[in-house]
Amino acid sequence: MKICVLMKQVPDKNASLKINETGLGIDTSDLTFVTNESDSYALEEALLLKEKNGGEVVVCTLGAEPSLQVVKDALSKGADRGLFLRDDIFDNLDILSLSKVFAAALKDENFDLIFSGLQSDDVGNGQLGLLIAEHLNTSHASLVMQTEMVGDSAIKAKRELENGWFQWTELDFPASLTIQSGINTPRYASLRGIMMMKKKTIDTKSAGDLGISPTSQTSTTKMYIPEKTKETIYVDGSTDDIVSKLVDIFANDIKVL
Amino acid sequence: MKILVYIQRDDNSIGRNSIEALAGAQKFAKESNGQVSAVCFDSNLTAKLTGYNISEVITVDNSALNTYSPLHFIAAMEQVIADTDADVVVFGHSYQVRDWAPRLSARLDAPFISDCVDADGSAGLTGIRQVYQGKINTNICAEGLILMSFQSGAFRSDSIEAGSAPNRNLDVELSAVPSTIRPGEKFKESKGGVDLSRAKVVVSVGRGIGKEENIPLVEELKEVLGAELGSSRPVVDYGWLPHERQVGSSGQVVTPKMYLAIGISGAIQHQVGMKGSDNIVAINKDPNAPIFEISDYGVVGDLFEILPKLSQSIKDYKS
Repeated sequence: MKICVLMKQVPDKNASLKINETGLGIDTSDLTFVTNESDSYALEEALLLKEKNGGEVVVCTLGAEPSLQVVKDALSKGADRGLFLRDDIFDNLDILSLSKVFAAALKDENFDLIFSGLQSDDVGNGQLGLLIAEHLNTSHASLVMQTEMVGDSAIKAKRELENGWFQWTELDFPASLTIQSGINTPRYASLRGIMMMKKKTIDTKSAGDLGISPTSQTSTTKMYIPEKTKETIYVDGSTDDIVSKLVDIFANDIKVL
Repeated sequence: MKILVYIQRDDNSIGRNSIEALAGAQKFAKESNGQVSAVCFDSNLTAKLTGYNISEVITVDNSALNTYSPLHFIAAMEQVIADTDADVVVFGHSYQVRDWAPRLSARLDAPFISDCVDADGSAGLTGIRQVYQGKINTNICAEGLILMSFQSGAFRSDSIEAGSAPNRNLDVELSAVPSTIRPGEKFKESKGGVDLSRAKVVVSVGRGIGKEENIPLVEELKEVLGAELGSSRPVVDYGWLPHERQVGSSGQVVTPKMYLAIGISGAIQHQVGMKGSDNIVAINKDPNAPIFEISDYGVVGDLFEILPKLSQSIKDYKS
């Protein structure tokens, strides 16, 4: 069984963000980057399947040079091989164009399964795994909470629906699944894993290597810090001040004491 | 501008977030001097839809669409869009739409501007999206056919204009749709029966609590306030609290008199579950946390210092 995991590097959730000079992007100069949260769960699910059923796990990312770290971390945790899509013209592509880049890179690999996180913590389109499913004509399921093999050429996915509903969906191989956070417990890399990582292959591919020249169909016309819709009353001072003010607010303004 | 709105069926009636999207589409039609039509895959919804101020209702009645099947929905919608020659196809951003609209986008090679909070119809249709966990907004537009979805609460369903619209039945051909995706029956997990929606006060905890061993700090505050305990998604994912405590798009929706958010950054998915609360009080160490955008009262500070003293002071006040 051959599994591809799509992973992405994103700014740390706690980072405070500024708009850059172009007005159309964020200033990345002082940011800490981490692996997108749901992608870590997608990787773990792939590694668990491989341990049970055998096969190969290939991790694929697209981004600037530092995002190679995501691939290295995944290789340290047990992925077998890396695929790094790197080209200046990939920067700032919209999600539909990016999906075509991924499809071009993955199509000759003939993966049985493609796993990705449900949604990225930066732009949050929540579309990539499903767009690729269409390009590569695979089956798909989104918001996956659990997986179970059915024979050796199909997989069952438990999907999360709204309002507490769930559903099992059976998918023929090849299949693309977008994984919800919380589906498993992502492992840490072992020291041995980190040593092994150095011997593993990472292939870097440019647009030229893939024979494509992608362009976006959408344009970002503005990026800005949203105006507040609510007037927030900030409670400040020493801890004792804050506590006594809060008790007063609870008792006399909100009236819940 | 020709706007086509997809109307989702939820438990045999029109999905709330589809009605909101339809109300939004009426607004864009005014701004652009355009027209709105609505499409549903269930003839039981038609009568209701013809009572709105739109130019046409399209009903697709085909037994293959009686329950959700992504590949059938995509094939049907592809034919509806071709028939109506729409410029923009609008959806409510439901979990179901998230499962099939992206794939429709790839099939039509038409961008899907997803999960918008608003849009501007004065020149084409520009979608407004929240990015970076709600910390930043971005405006996005495109030439040609586009798909656009709106998150729940983007428009008010009671702002929809009544009127009278003709219905047209449209046949679609679905016999060639492959059966590589086989959805089963939907079901609910047996629950512990926690109903947060009735609570007057909800004390909710997020990843800022740091580790499971710190949860009792919040439980103590919950006790002295006579509140219910809620949580954000990460706390449930880490296994620190059970899923039945989760507030947000994949958990419960609450509207208490007071929602006290402790160490919760306030991602969009969490906000959907609590922004209708009468009073929102947030304690967070990050002054830029999006939770403050929607808070009535904010404390930028260390919850580990504040919580024990706050619980004690409330106890003292009450006695």
